[in-house]
Amino acid sequence: MTEMTLVQAVNRGLHEAMKGDPDVLVLGEDVGVDGGVFRATEGLIKEFGPDRVIDTPLSECGIVGTAIGMALYGLKPVAEIQFLDFIYPAFDQIVSELAKFRFRSGGQYPCHVVVRAPYGGGIKGGLYHSQSTEAYFCHTAGLKVAIPSTPADAKGLLLSAIHDEDPVIFLEPKRIYRAVSGEVPDGDHRVPFGSARTVVPGDDVSIFAYGAMVPVATEAAEALRGEGISAEVVDLRTLVPLDEATVLASVEKTGRAVVVHEAARFCGFGAELSAILAEKAFYSLKAPIARVTGFDTPFPYALENVYLPNAARVAHAARATVRSG
Amino acid sequence: MANAVSPPSAPLDSGATPLSAEQRLSFYRTMVLSRAIDERCLSLQRQGRIGFYVPASGQEGAQIGCAAALEPDDWIFPAYREIGLALWRGIPFRTLLDQFIGNAEDIMKGRQMPNHYGFRDKNFVVASSPIGTQITQAVGAAMAIQRRKAATVTATFFGDGATSSNDFHAGMNFAGVFRTPTIFFCQNNQWAISLPRERQTRSSTLAQKAEAYGFPGVVVDGTDVDAVYRAVRSARERAVRGEGPTLIEAQVYRYGPHSTSDDPRRYRADEELQAWKRRDPILRLKELLLSSGQWTEAKDAALLDEVRAQIAQAIEAAEAVPPVAPATLFEDTFARRTPQLEEEKAAFERLVQEGVIRP
Ligand SMILES: Cc1ncc(C[n+]2csc(CCOP(=O)(O)OP(=O)(O)O)c2C)c(N)n1
Ligand SMILES: [Mg+2]
Repeated sequence: MTEMTLVQAVNRGLHEAMKGDPDVLVLGEDVGVDGGVFRATEGLIKEFGPDRVIDTPLSECGIVGTAIGMALYGLKPVAEIQFLDFIYPAFDQIVSELAKFRFRSGGQYPCHVVVRAPYGGGIKGGLYHSQSTEAYFCHTAGLKVAIPSTPADAKGLLLSAIHDEDPVIFLEPKRIYRAVSGEVPDGDHRVPFGSARTVVPGDDVSIFAYGAMVPVATEAAEALRGEGISAEVVDLRTLVPLDEATVLASVEKTGRAVVVHEAARFCGFGAELSAILAEKAFYSLKAPIARVTGFDTPFPYALENVYLPNAARVAHAARATVRSG
Repeated sequence: MANAVSPPSAPLDSGATPLSAEQRLSFYRTMVLSRAIDERCLSLQRQGRIGFYVPASGQEGAQIGCAAALEPDDWIFPAYREIGLALWRGIPFRTLLDQFIGNAEDIMKGRQMPNHYGFRDKNFVVASSPIGTQITQAVGAAMAIQRRKAATVTATFFGDGATSSNDFHAGMNFAGVFRTPTIFFCQNNQWAISLPRERQTRSSTLAQKAEAYGFPGVVVDGTDVDAVYRAVRSARERAVRGEGPTLIEAQVYRYGPHSTSDDPRRYRADEELQAWKRRDPILRLKELLLSSGQWTEAKDAALLDEVRAQIAQAIEAAEAVPPVAPATLFEDTFARRTPQLEEEKAAFERLVQEGVIRP
């Protein structure tokens, strides 16, 4: 075990994978000499050289398209997109190509690329350095989507992503890159996909969150405990595949659900989760499902703090579900 | 990392009228103002009085030379590093500062990060962060100009890094095919964050990319404001005559960090910076003005004092403006709020009232 921040854990995960397998390489803008604008790839170029830590021209379409080619030929590329907000020039490569290679070739061409990108608000980044658009990728069949919320999960989910057989969109909550340190297992630590983590056990209401909203949900649960409401916080860890068993078991126990995400509400991941609960846990529900999310506007600069869900909003919503039934 | 600087191209034509003493002086004043604002804003950012800043020091010659060669009706499609253009178009520093702060008088309503602004009444289209996106848009606006038969052009601004973007290539191609009245003004400041110009292309110049798209590309010394002015003027004249687009590569150097989030010492050598500083666009113009007898050191000192006082005054005024009102979040997503958004706004206002959301 070593204590480190979330971004250091990403770095250690990359390091571990590269050390263990010469086919693993990293490519992206400013990932080499600079070590990444958030320092996620710091030191890798020194250790593994510029052939495996590739500073690319400024083209996300180029980054992901070439990563796909490398993967088809047998390498294991980990592409970095500097901010999730800048992934769209590569959207065609991700949605039309990466997600569909295996299917359209009848299974002949698996295409395993990991695309890492910092996502989310909380750094005063305005419209284009703050968005949480995980739902686009969840909506695309053929992509797995992982979002860690702790240093240990950052390393463990990243190593699982790199060793997966399918393409993975790996979203890193940049707001908590350095906010907390945590113990991270040394070596080849892997957290399996599709295994949600119960952060705080509770009986009265289930709060589902992922990424940077996990600490917010946890803070809300602590506040609720002081009022005699026992909230359970579940960190989904991977949105695709989703650990439905843990989600359903939690709601069957508590009878109430609050879904939290930074992304806009309409057609956000919370809509899918709510639909699953309505379909499969309807008879356990004692109150309507509540969503605490970003608003259906673009992400603002000056008003970031009122846009992002905070613990007070989460607690308010949880309290309302408890009062209503 | 030594960035090879290409020799400037021969001028496209020599028809441009020489600059008057008056013109040069007004370039100089704006360049000095631009540099002083940069220096002040970097310190405001360090003090936490603005959240972020993108400096343009070193690029003033290219920006002012280009801006001055355009006409007010010409549409500008900028990136985020174009403060010189904004100042030349007549946008007061105070207005820019309201945007940097994101206060209640910010025309962008506090929506964007500092340096991402636009002013419709000045034909200055609002900038975004994604690299290159403005380039195709400028070509589209030029196609609209063709349709309207207007005697104007569009000018789009981007960096060396942006020449690797999809939009650069699509925009150049459309402009060539449709012979649009577009000026592609590339400020090659040698770096795209930590990546040197050579990492973007194996071509010996960026300008030569125009050839493949069927129109001229020229390299100009961006530290020489006169040369930039002449190059843009001829490109503009060609465009208005219906002869199509031009790519201009202005060679400059980014003196400061990419932005206040960046530390250039991690990736580039100080000698390179010092070498470029010896050809500083402001110093070069100042020497010209001094040697021609149009300017004196005393006048220069007075100008600096005046500019600094003007900046200090703007800061005081802008910092007194209240923050942007929370409910403005629900304006401008659509022309009229959808029923869902209306409901969200009402819920939001209740949460503010109950103190759950604290602006
Ligand atoms: C599509 C996209 N990818 C990545 C980024 C992150 N980014 C911001 S500025 C920049 C470098 C731009 O370099 P250049 O085009 O030379 O312009 P300069 O900043 O030097 O003026 C990068 C990679 C972005 N804004 N947009
Ligand atoms: Mg540049």
